[in-house]
Amino acid sequence: MMKRRLTAFLAGLLLGASVGAHAGPAEERKAMLDYYKQRLPGIKPGDYVYGALALNPDAKDQYDSIMIFPPFVNDVDEGRKTWEKPFANGKLLADCFPGGGKNVAGNYPYFDNAGGKVVTFENAINACLKANNEAELKYGSREMGLLTAYVKSLSDGMKVNVKVEGPGALAAYEKGKQFYYARRGQLNFACATCHIDYVGAFIRSEQLSPMIGQAAHWPEFRAGTELFTLQTRFRQCNSQVRATPLEFNSEEYNNLEYFLTYMSNGLPMQTPVFRK
Amino acid sequence: MPRRMIETAEKEIVMMKKPALLFVLVAGLGAASLAMAAEGGKEPAGRVLAFDKAKGNCLACHAIPNDPKAVSPGTIGPPFIMMKERFPDRAKLRAQIWDATMANPRTAMPPFGKHQILTEQEIDQVVDYVLSL
Ligand code: HEC
Ligand code: HEC
Repeated sequence: MMKRRLTAFLAGLLLGASVGAHAGPAEERKAMLDYYKQRLPGIKPGDYVYGALALNPDAKDQYDSIMIFPPFVNDVDEGRKTWEKPFANGKLLADCFPGGGKNVAGNYPYFDNAGGKVVTFENAINACLKANNEAELKYGSREMGLLTAYVKSLSDGMKVNVKVEGPGALAAYEKGKQFYYARRGQLNFACATCHIDYVGAFIRSEQLSPMIGQAAHWPEFRAGTELFTLQTRFRQCNSQVRATPLEFNSEEYNNLEYFLTYMSNGLPMQTPVFRK
Repeated sequence: MPRRMIETAEKEIVMMKKPALLFVLVAGLGAASLAMAAEGGKEPAGRVLAFDKAKGNCLACHAIPNDPKAVSPGTIGPPFIMMKERFPDRAKLRAQIWDATMANPRTAMPPFGKHQILTEQEIDQVVDYVLSL
């Protein structure tokens, strides 16, 4: 019965994507929310940002006590130093962002029509460095990760506010979605297999989190101080099904990040956070 | 999986039963294992494969209530119980493991044979183990 419900849901999703004047990302997000409400009764959609923790009260209690004195404060402080260090021209990274970088991270990624591609928060940081004749940071590097961990902490609580407007943006969103539903790797999983079809189920001792909420709390620190960005997690979820992970900042991952973050729209950002 | 191959594999297993039983006797395993062997489970290779994260990893998704060593199983697939009753046709069971997408295109279960996650022989060993449950 569940299978039939799922198939119907997916058929609706695909149909919605291809036909109907009113169907689009907003309707897809709503359909996904409705699906999760049905599959995860008793869990408030606002708690989806807690991921698997929302499904396990004991783990959530542990998390809450760890977050009173997060083990990663010193790491995040390293990011603050990078953020506050003036460029050779005397300007600051904060000068590149409205409000000095406060409550902006939730607007990323956005689709840049002029450039014809998705711009992630990391891209915006590097664009700022480049515009000021500073060396760009390597994607996936610890320095970039710690910097974004600090800057995103300035947007803690901001609601995710990703926009998909215009044909270019919609195409990038669609590509991200296709990636999400495509099976890959020797083990033949799609992201959707684990995080949609079997949300809440256990794979060995790991409980599978819903995709809504997954993109609202990055970077995270695992096991205390191990820095993990969203795209590091993409790489891990690709590797564990024996698919070759893609490069950081690849067009595919940026589109995936765009799609996934859109799906977390309206949820409050939590950055940075602890995960086991 | 062509039917003829399955039948050949089955014959091989029938032929192997005796030496396998002998091996178990010689190895001097416990009474429980002997009972298992007498019932048709010929060697524990299938179990090792079913637990091994780099191989079958069935335990990631299926509980195995009758095997006390099968701890912290996943809940994605149905538990392995009364498998002989539920799969009187061995070929059906083998086909499910070889390529689960045949029965359910949206399955979560990896296609162990089709994607060569397990060798043909390893699949037969897993089938033996599953049928012993
Ligand atoms: C074989 C199962 C499986 C597949 C396939 C899979 N994941 Fe995951 N994923 C997990 C598990 C297990 C976790 C850790 C538990 C959790 O948070 O859900 C996880 C965690 C995540 C997280 C972090 C959640 C958090 O709060 O820290 C993200 C983001 C994520 N996956 C995205 C993806 C994407 C994108 C894909 C496809 C490219 C994917 N996953 C494919 C099993 C899977
Ligand atoms: C990642 C998850 C996953 C793994 C790993 C997995 N399975 Fe499955 N299995 C499933 C699911 C889900 C089903 C339910 C039917 C379906 O959706 O295809 C299933 C169904 C089955 C069935 C049919 C049960 C029935 O009552 O109809 C058998 C037999 C089976 N699996 C054996 C195995 C064996 C043997 C292994 C390891 C070599 C294995 N599975 C590994 C997910 C998995």
